[in-house]
Amino acid sequence: MYLTILFLPLLGFLLAASGGRFFGWRGTPLITTFCVFLSSLFSFIAFYEVGIAGSPCYIQLAPWFTSEFFDATWGFMFDSLTVVMLVVVTFVSTLVHIYSISYMSEDPHLPRFMSYLSIFTFFMLMLVTADNFIQLFFGWEGVGLASYLLINFWYTRLQANKSAIKAMLVNRVGDFGLALGIIATFSLFKSVDFATVFACSAHFAENSFIFFHLEWHALSLICALLFVGAVGKSAQLGLHTWLPDAMEGPTPVSALIHAATMVTAGVFMIARCSPLFEQAPQTLILVTVTGALTAFFAATTGVVQNDLKRVIAYSTCSQLGYMVFACGISQYAVGVFHLMNHAFFKALLFLSAGAVIHALADEQDMRKMGGTIKVLPFTYSMMFIGSLALIGFPFLTGFYSKDVILEVAYAKYTVAGTFTYWLGAVSALFTSYYSFRLLFLTFIGPVNSLKDSLKHVHDAPFLMGFPLFLLAFGSIFVGYLAKDMMIGMGTQFWGNALFMGPDHGLLVESEYIPQAIKYIPILFSFLGFLFALNLNLLGASFSYSLKTSTFGRTLYIFLNKRWLFDKMYTDFVALPALFFGYNVSFKTLDKGLLEIVGPAGVIQTVSQGGRQLRKMQSGLIYHYAFIMLCSLTFLIAFVGLWDFFSFFVETHLYFIAATTLVFSADS
Amino acid sequence: MQSLLSIILLFPALGGLVLLCVPNSQTRLIRILGLTISFITFVLSLLLWVFFDHSTAKFQFVNAVDWLPFLNMHFYIGIDGISLFFILLTTFLVPFCLLVGWDSVQKNVKEYFIAFLFLESFMLAVFCMLDLLLFYVFFESVLLPMFLIIGVWGSRERKIRAAYQFFLYTLIGSLFMLLAILLIYFQTGTTDLQVLFVSEFSLQRQLLLWFAFFASFAVKVPMIPVHIWLPEAHVEAPTSGSVILAGVLLKLGTYGFVRYSIPLFPEASVYFTPLIYTLSIIGVIYASLTTLRQIDLKKIIAYSSVAHMGFVTLGLFSLNIQGIEGALFLMLSHGFVASALFLCIGVLYDRTHTRLVKYYGGLVHVMPLFSVFFLIFTMGNLSLPGTSSFVGEFLILVGVFQTNPFVATFAATGMILGGAYSIWLYNRVVFGNLKPFFIDTFMDVNRREFFIFLPFVFCVLWMGFYPEVFLEPMHTSVANLVQHGQWRG
Repeated sequence: MYLTILFLPLLGFLLAASGGRFFGWRGTPLITTFCVFLSSLFSFIAFYEVGIAGSPCYIQLAPWFTSEFFDATWGFMFDSLTVVMLVVVTFVSTLVHIYSISYMSEDPHLPRFMSYLSIFTFFMLMLVTADNFIQLFFGWEGVGLASYLLINFWYTRLQANKSAIKAMLVNRVGDFGLALGIIATFSLFKSVDFATVFACSAHFAENSFIFFHLEWHALSLICALLFVGAVGKSAQLGLHTWLPDAMEGPTPVSALIHAATMVTAGVFMIARCSPLFEQAPQTLILVTVTGALTAFFAATTGVVQNDLKRVIAYSTCSQLGYMVFACGISQYAVGVFHLMNHAFFKALLFLSAGAVIHALADEQDMRKMGGTIKVLPFTYSMMFIGSLALIGFPFLTGFYSKDVILEVAYAKYTVAGTFTYWLGAVSALFTSYYSFRLLFLTFIGPVNSLKDSLKHVHDAPFLMGFPLFLLAFGSIFVGYLAKDMMIGMGTQFWGNALFMGPDHGLLVESEYIPQAIKYIPILFSFLGFLFALNLNLLGASFSYSLKTSTFGRTLYIFLNKRWLFDKMYTDFVALPALFFGYNVSFKTLDKGLLEIVGPAGVIQTVSQGGRQLRKMQSGLIYHYAFIMLCSLTFLIAFVGLWDFFSFFVETHLYFIAATTLVFSADS
Repeated sequence: MQSLLSIILLFPALGGLVLLCVPNSQTRLIRILGLTISFITFVLSLLLWVFFDHSTAKFQFVNAVDWLPFLNMHFYIGIDGISLFFILLTTFLVPFCLLVGWDSVQKNVKEYFIAFLFLESFMLAVFCMLDLLLFYVFFESVLLPMFLIIGVWGSRERKIRAAYQFFLYTLIGSLFMLLAILLIYFQTGTTDLQVLFVSEFSLQRQLLLWFAFFASFAVKVPMIPVHIWLPEAHVEAPTSGSVILAGVLLKLGTYGFVRYSIPLFPEASVYFTPLIYTLSIIGVIYASLTTLRQIDLKKIIAYSSVAHMGFVTLGLFSLNIQGIEGALFLMLSHGFVASALFLCIGVLYDRTHTRLVKYYGGLVHVMPLFSVFFLIFTMGNLSLPGTSSFVGEFLILVGVFQTNPFVATFAATGMILGGAYSIWLYNRVVFGNLKPFFIDTFMDVNRREFFIFLPFVFCVLWMGFYPEVFLEPMHTSVANLVQHGQWRG
């Protein structure tokens, strides 16, 4: 049954991809959705058996490739962490499959779309069930490919093409780090098997490692390299640029891949490697700071985006930052808990956004919406629930994880901890601001949409509404229901899946932080709501003066241009590389220098030399006589002075001299 | 069973002689006969795999014929785990080369088939020869049919220049090797490889000999300063020529390294490792960046081959088991992936007779099946896990990282750059709006092309998901190679 969970989506993909034209637009969605649904059902059973009944499961399928000590296998590990991810992935995937049937119903390529979704699910499941680093990498790159194909689903759109390439390449930079991290792990542990590596991590805690001719703390280096992978996949600051652009893909894709599952792979990987990270205190600080900065950066940028989906994308980025810094302060359980909760409400937000976009004839710009609360009441209420869960409204799902994250950050009582607490708290303000701004602009504010599109407005049909309903249910209750199980005091749920250093437990500590500190996030969220209300609905004059002031404009442009990250990468990375690739390497060297000392030069020299020689064949007798005279003189002199010349003519000596010259210095 | 290897070796050449007797006008008969011969060779070579003994590093299927007994030189052949798969790769690729030219080669059909069959025999001889001088002879003789293939069946006027360039570059390098072989012969009195494996050279002489061999092999690989013949030759060669060039001929250089340079001159190999590392890293990064800006489809794949071969040399000179096995595996994998990519380009070229990227776009609209194949091979090119290249590249990085993490890090940037040029190429050719230039000439792959691609897809995925079958026979031989070097050094 455990393997069926994985291979059902693959089966769905194979059927849809090879037989999509025979099953048609009715049959293909049915087949793929059914496969994923079954897989989801089994996941829940697996969750019960492994997570609740506490019996982890381990399946070794086949060897993959071996070479000396290097041994990669096709093996599957189902522990608590895996089954949590399984449930999240298959559940959201099933809902997105169902949703897509209706959302993409008018697309002639529906079978192709469903097959992509299924193959994505398969790769994601491979990623979370891997029992070794190499297989994790397989899933990791596989989801990257699926993401490329899905972003590029409407392949005639230039923007989609560009975004897809960007997603692939930026992720590739992360993969570069991950691959090096895996290789470094192997050269330290001589194994890539999770069980072996994690069991030995404590024994290697003191080892050092020469890298770039510097001596590093081995595990810190390894974790830093692994973290580069997480930065790429989970869109942390520095390699985040692909995520907002990835919104060019169809909305169900954004919900599944760029909100609920794939982007959380980085967090999952950190949690999975918690035994390694726990031995690498310096890297943990790096992880914490990066996560906090991402949360802050993305929240500020999300504030001024006008594209409905981009706001949610930045919100995802920001929430991923929360998860990462939760891991950075060693609270992996909290990080994973937030991951799960986030999957529910973020998928809900994206799918509701999709319903809005669908209803308004594919309009994504929030400035051209407004007032849709009257025509889309169901969608509005879903979006509202999602937003409240996101900003951590008390007793909704987000509250239980987000607040805990901030509290444990403060309870860390280190510079990094306090820093992240405050950044996180301020981000909470922005989160609440952009969530409400989104609601106001889209649903409540004055109507700005076209009459034509409003004429055909309809609320989500059943196939789209049903997933929304289930997700909303999750967004409200999951946090409350799962809190004690996943981050409760002394819970047995995680077993050996997550490891926390004995001196890193903060959950008790967090109960004793000042009361005011606990209220601050909620207070900030409320402030954010007030700002949003004031700036977007009520205080028109204040809003106007802010927007027209120089400071306001500069700030706006800076934030709207996403802190100019893309510009920087284009100018300082992409363009120089492309310049080098043509002007330096191709034009100057390959077609210049190498050609001159190579073929072109030889042709030139030989033909010119030939011309010179030809000129000597003048046909004039005195020319020949002169040359004969010279040669004869030279010959006689040569023979006469042979004793002297022979020294130079002895070929062995040349050979010996040349060899000695070349190698004397070295030996 | 002992003579199986000799049969495989001679079969294509004899078949070529038989074809010689068929009248020129019988083109269909020539085609079918040629294909049958090459296919039978392939089936026979599969028997080699079946009867190959994994447990020993000895040379197997050994066969010796007196050639120049008074000079102590013999026609001496045999294979071990290192050369086995190159034999298979060669025999696998040749039938497809013939199939590719099925329709597009209309003039000199007989000569085309004969050239390929002889080329096959020569290449097989290089891979299984255990005599240094004869190795040299066949190493060079490969040039002759290849020169003809580029010069006669190439596509443009520039082909003559490309053919000369190809010939001269490789020949100049090999002259040094000939001198080195003579030196070895005069020192030891034999050119028998197995005797040479246990003879000793002084360090000074090793360095000299190693460098002479390097001059020859580096051109064939090709390594960076001497690589410019490759894009030129690829662009001018017909599709089948490119396939053989990328699939087998590039491997001759790296095969030479692993078969001759490393075991014969172990100390020199260690001594020159920094040189190889430097050239390889430059090769990977330089070639990848150059690839980004090429506008000719074939040049893109050609330059990316340079980058991949940079990985291979890197792995070979890591001088540990993972690195060398990875390198061997990547050579095989590149033989499939690059060949298949050239086949893809051939498919496009047959339809439009242009190879410039800018004329293509949105092919998925008109050639969906082709797009799928192209996607799989592109993923192979950027070494996505699950394709064959990943296994090779990853093992190489593992091997190199253990000897020099610095070098491994730089080499790993090739992952990013490889992704960049592969995915960009794919995106420009397959996605986007359909360009109107050749709109009426596009049609999806026909049955012949479909069945050409299918085995390649199968091999790329098989080697990606279950490469054990290929790695298993290598283990003993590679371990022996590494141990041998340590014992001697």
